[in-house]
Amino acid sequence: MPARTVAIGSSVGLHARPAQLFVSKVQAAGMPVTIGRPGSAAVDAGSILGVMALGAKHGEEVELTADGDGADAVLDELVALLERDLDAE
Amino acid sequence: MSEHETRHGIGVSGGSASGPVVQVAPPVQPPKDEPAPADVDAALQHVLESFEAVAVELEARAATADEHAAPILTATAMMARDAGLHQGAGNRLKAGDGPATAIAAAVEEYATQFEALGGYFAERVADLRDVGARAVAAALGLPAPGVPPLTEPSVIVALDLAPADTATLDRDLAIAIVTQAGGRTSHTAILAAQRGIPAVVQVPGATEIPAGTLVAVDGDAGEVAIDPDPELLEQQRVRREKRAAALAASSGPGLTSDGHHVPLLANIGGVQDAEEAGPQDLEGVGLFRTEFVFLSATTAPTLEEQTDIYTKVFAPFEGRRVVVRTLDAGADKPLAFADLGEEENPALGRRGLRLSQALPELLDTQLKALAAAAEATGADARVMAPMVSTAEEAEWFAGHVRAAGLKKAGVMIEVPAAALRSEHVLADVDFASIGTNDLAQYTMATDRMAGELSDLLDPWQPAVIDVVAAACKGGAVHDTPVGVCGESAGDPLLALVLVGLGVASLSMAPSKVPAVRLALSLHSVDQCKELAAIARSARSAEDAHTAVRAAANPALTEIL
Repeated sequence: MPARTVAIGSSVGLHARPAQLFVSKVQAAGMPVTIGRPGSAAVDAGSILGVMALGAKHGEEVELTADGDGADAVLDELVALLERDLDAE
Repeated sequence: MSEHETRHGIGVSGGSASGPVVQVAPPVQPPKDEPAPADVDAALQHVLESFEAVAVELEARAATADEHAAPILTATAMMARDAGLHQGAGNRLKAGDGPATAIAAAVEEYATQFEALGGYFAERVADLRDVGARAVAAALGLPAPGVPPLTEPSVIVALDLAPADTATLDRDLAIAIVTQAGGRTSHTAILAAQRGIPAVVQVPGATEIPAGTLVAVDGDAGEVAIDPDPELLEQQRVRREKRAAALAASSGPGLTSDGHHVPLLANIGGVQDAEEAGPQDLEGVGLFRTEFVFLSATTAPTLEEQTDIYTKVFAPFEGRRVVVRTLDAGADKPLAFADLGEEENPALGRRGLRLSQALPELLDTQLKALAAAAEATGADARVMAPMVSTAEEAEWFAGHVRAAGLKKAGVMIEVPAAALRSEHVLADVDFASIGTNDLAQYTMATDRMAGELSDLLDPWQPAVIDVVAAACKGGAVHDTPVGVCGESAGDPLLALVLVGLGVASLSMAPSKVPAVRLALSLHSVDQCKELAAIARSARSAEDAHTAVRAAANPALTEIL
């Protein structure tokens, strides 16, 4: 299964607005996507509460996995999103 | 003869308005012994439908909300549709919880995790709990808690309003506020006065008035008329027009009809208040409460942080006075970094200046920051201590203020002891300001927060007026100006009494300034003295109020 590791770009971490944008994109992808800290249990990236409860802070690394047709392209898009400082935009 | 029913409460914000009632539903708790679902699948379906109804409602609100509120509402709607949350509720149902209990428990599980994360994550807990409260209400078939979206000018009716309810109230659509509980200094009262929304609290049976009922609210008289007669509506309309015209014509400094100057000042509690009050027609700030700088901080704010905040507050008032009250914290408003322990009776414990004496370095840092901000902005900063009781305390405080390089030191008079001994307490200071809310609490031995004891805290209580008179008399010995910052100063009739007692300045919510300015302009100092004598000779608060109203200039009373 394809996977990527990315550091959170948002200055305040992966919380309300950044989390919402991320989860919306995951839901639109229409395939199972997970997010978690490398080496720890991952959560459903389509759950805003799960993503927020992760509490990923600015600069912290998270691992994404996706399973389905075009999973690599989906992951590339999600990585690009997480790298941005979504709060500053 | 009027046919309509009139309910009497306490007017806490003047003016009148009429419109249909919108009831603010109270928060809903799941029933304590909610039975386990007979059919778990059907119960899950019910839970999912409840969450979906909440999501749809929040999205509809997001569609009409402004650019700040819309993304928050959209994210909150997303929480209601969260698969993890639904699964959590489903697990609870299988374990034997009823639908409402399952929803509340599943939400609380995430809320606890968010709280543990702290910071920005913890701030979203309120949104999540709001989703939970709405879904619980939906599952029980009850109205959603909080203020419903307003579609027309409405009278907001509630048991009491929480800060969260009022933060988003639209001034154009929330034309009056009526509460069954609450008191003169409750959150509702302060908010309504700040925004100039007519408000009456302590109205019996207010929450039983059916939604949509036409009511006429009189925030001056403290009356709510249900299904008002056309005559009353017409009277109120005429009064509103006269009031608007009279207030629009009043401007400039506070002056009695014979030209005695009584500066009219604003009470503010933060940077936003300062920025709003700055451009208004008033002579400065008579009470800047500095608690907000400290209350949410987990460590003592540094000199630089405080200087930055005070500079922002002073900047809109260059050349005008800003009276600052130093930190007023205590066991009821505890500070994370200055906890002196629990107290049985915080109102009488180590608060205000007493806390500063226990932790003088906190005070000295604040004073240094205030001096630096005054220097940077050119504001006429004057600093006073809360909760002063004795001449020694006043002297101690004035010494610290002057050591920090600030020119004017003062004291609050809230403790009757300081009022009775004001000749001595005020000997070493440059000014005093009477906090009438606390002075009433301590004179009448009545908790400010006890809504049901509001009558004892009526600012017209003759005993409180006597204590104010004593404070003014002692101040006059040294020509020390004694002002008033408190609810009394913003009541046009009581303001006249205060001036008659010798009060030198009046500080209030900025929205109350025009009516007080008008009141002063219609009376001479001698007339104010007469009104003060009338109030002090009355036997009860009600008698004092009625007698002063009857003796005041009709050009004022006809618009109140």
